[in-house]
Amino acid sequence: MKLTRRGFFKIAGATGAAAAASRSDPAAASPPPEDPYGCLVDLTRCIGCRKCEDACNRVNGLPPPERPFEDPTVLNRLRRPDERAFTVVNRYFPGQLDASNQLVPTFVKIQCMHCQEPACASACIVGALTKKENGTVHYDVTRCIGCRYCMVACPFEIPAYEYHDPITPRVMKCTFCFERISKEGGLPGCAEICPTEAITFGRRKTLLEVARKRIGENPARYLDRIYGEKEVGGTSWMYISAVPFEKLGFIDVPDKPTPKLAETIQHTLFSYLWSPIVLYGLLGGIMWTSRKNRPESEDEEGDRR
Amino acid sequence: MTHHPYPLKTRFWTPGVVVLAVLMAAGAAAVVARFIGGIGYVSNLSTARPWGLWIGVDVASGVALAAGGFTTAFLAHIVGRHYFEPVVRPALLTAMLGYTFVVLGLLIDIGRSWAIWKPMIFWNFNSVLFEVAMCVMFYLNVLYIEFVPVVVEQFKGRMNLPGPLAALNGLAETLLGLADRILGKIMWIFIIAGVVLSCMHQSSLGSLMLVAPTKVHPLWYTPILPLLFLTSAIAVGYPMVVFETTLATTSLKLDGEMRVLSPLTRLTVYLLGLYMALKIGDMVVRGTYVHLLEGTAQTNAFLAEMILGVIVPWLMLLSERVRRNRRALFAACTMIVGGVLLNRINVFVVAYKPPVSESSYFPAVGEILITVGLISTLMFIYRFLVTHLPVLSAPAREVSS
Repeated sequence: MKLTRRGFFKIAGATGAAAAASRSDPAAASPPPEDPYGCLVDLTRCIGCRKCEDACNRVNGLPPPERPFEDPTVLNRLRRPDERAFTVVNRYFPGQLDASNQLVPTFVKIQCMHCQEPACASACIVGALTKKENGTVHYDVTRCIGCRYCMVACPFEIPAYEYHDPITPRVMKCTFCFERISKEGGLPGCAEICPTEAITFGRRKTLLEVARKRIGENPARYLDRIYGEKEVGGTSWMYISAVPFEKLGFIDVPDKPTPKLAETIQHTLFSYLWSPIVLYGLLGGIMWTSRKNRPESEDEEGDRR
Repeated sequence: MTHHPYPLKTRFWTPGVVVLAVLMAAGAAAVVARFIGGIGYVSNLSTARPWGLWIGVDVASGVALAAGGFTTAFLAHIVGRHYFEPVVRPALLTAMLGYTFVVLGLLIDIGRSWAIWKPMIFWNFNSVLFEVAMCVMFYLNVLYIEFVPVVVEQFKGRMNLPGPLAALNGLAETLLGLADRILGKIMWIFIIAGVVLSCMHQSSLGSLMLVAPTKVHPLWYTPILPLLFLTSAIAVGYPMVVFETTLATTSLKLDGEMRVLSPLTRLTVYLLGLYMALKIGDMVVRGTYVHLLEGTAQTNAFLAEMILGVIVPWLMLLSERVRRNRRALFAACTMIVGGVLLNRINVFVVAYKPPVSESSYFPAVGEILITVGLISTLMFIYRFLVTHLPVLSAPAREVSS
C-alpha cells in the first residue's frame, strides 16, 4: 500500500468533483404549495352519521367494514384510521348538558391532515410521499420500499400499514381523493356526501376566511381557534369547534414543521458533501504524514501504556 | 510481538456451535412465517409503533457495534499504530458480518424486501434515512473490499478446487493475483472512505429520530443526537473489540491478547469520557435532568443506560489494574457494549411514545426469534471464517494437562 502526495490529491480531487457534480442543489427542500385545496371541518355541524366513512370506503375501493356504517354502537369506542379505513368518526362527550340533562356529543372526523410541510414526505427515503400543488400528500406505491419511516415521522399517527401482506404491503392513508379533486369541480368523497355541510372543500386561503367569518359572526358558538391554521406549519385539513380541541382527542403539536430540525442538520452537514470531502482530505493528510514519518515500523505503544 | 494471522483449523462442531445452529433454525422458521403471513403475523408492530426490536437491535445496534471496524482501521492504518494490527482483522470481520446482517435485518423489516434497491434510483435528499442507506450500501462494499486481502492470502497459489471445478483453478488464481496486485496499491482509498462513510452514517442514525420531536422522550431528543451517536460509536469501537476478542479467544482456547487490549482501552477512557461529558452536558444545558427521577420505565431505562452503561465502566477503566486484568477489563467492556446497545434500543423503541394512541410495545416471540437467529448466524459464520481464513493471530493458550 503506497501513498504519494500527488496520487492522493489526484484521487481526492476527482472524488470531490464527481460528488459535487452529482448533486445539483441538495439544500432545496420544495416549498409548500402557494394555493392548495383544503377542507374545513366544522365540528358544530357534524352529527356523527358516518356517511363520510361510507363514501370514503366506496370511492377508494376499501374492504367492507366489519360492522355496517349504519351501526351507531361503533361509536361507543374511540377508533383510529387504519389500513381498511382512511377516515373514522369518533364521538366525545366533553361535558355539556342539553335541556333535558343529557350529555351533548361532539363528533370528530379523523383523516390525514395533508400538512403543508409534511413530515412523512421529508422522511420518505425514496420520495414516494410528496406534497402536490393541489394540496394532496400523495403516496406513490411504485416507489415505496416499506421502511415505514413515514409512520415514525407523522405527528398525527395517520399512515397505516398492510402488515398482513407478506410481499406487497402498502402504506394506507387518506388520498384526499387525488384523482377526483384533480378534475374540474371534483370533491373528495366525504365532502361530497356530508348531509350537514360539516366538511367544506375549497382553496385553503378561502377556507381560512370562511372559518374566521363563522367564528366572527358567532363567537358564542365557536372557540377562537382554527386547528390546522398554524399547527406543524399549517395543514390542508382544518377544524373549528365549540369545544376545546384538547377534549376532543386533538394533540398539541408545535407550529414549526416537525421535520425542520432534522432537515436543517442534514443540509448543513451534507450540502455538496462538503463535510465528507473535508474529512477525507484530513484523514488522507494524517495517513500520508504517518506513513512518511514511520515507514512500517512497529511502534512501542505497548510500553507506553 | 509478532503479528501473524493464521486459520485456526480447529474442530468446528463444538457444543456451542450446535446451540447456534438450533437458534438459527428457530430464526429461519420465523423468517419463513414472516414471508408467508406478513410482518404482522410474526411481530407486534402497529400503526402507532412502526419500528420495534428489528430496527432497534438488528439495524441501529448492529451498526453501532460494528464500529470496531472503522475505529481500529483508523488507529492502525491511518494514524499508523501498527502495534494494534492483531485486532484489525477480527474487527474488520465483525464489521463486515455486522453490516451484512444489518442489511439482512432490513430485508426482513421492510415490507417490500424486493424493492430494497429503489433508493439507488429515487433520491430524497431531505430524508436522513436516504443518506444512512447510501452510506451503509457503500460502506458494506468497502468492507468486502477490505476483506479481500485476507482471502487472497489464504488461497493465492493454493487454489485446489475439487472434481470438475478444478478447471476453474487457473481462472481463480488469475483473479486472486490481480486482486493482490491492484488492491495493495489502492487500498488506502477504501480505508479512508470506510472511516468517512462510518462517521457519516453513524451520526445520521442519530438524526433519524429527530424527525419526530413530539414522539421521542426529551431525555433523548436533543439536537446533538447525531453527535452523541457518533461519539458513542467511536467510544464503543475498542470495547467491542475487547468484548469479541475475549469471547473468541476464550471459546477457541487462544491467548487473551492482553498486550494489545490493555493499551487499546486506555484510549477508551478519553473516548467514552467525551461521550459521557456530552451526554451529561446536554442534559444540564437543556434542563432535562428534571425527568430523571420520574420513575417511569422510560426514565429508568435512561438511568440504566447512563449509570451501568457509561459511568461505572468509565470509572473502572480509569484504573490501570482493571485495564490489565482480563476478567475486569472484559466486565467493563461488556458494560460499555451493553450501554450502547441499550442506548440504541432506548432511542428507537423505549423513548418512542406515540402521543395520540399512547400504545405500548413489547416485541413478539417471532421478532425475538428472528433477531436471535440473525445474531446466531453471524456468530456461526464468524466461527467458520476464523477457522478457515487467517483472521486471528493470537497463539494457542498453553493448556496444563
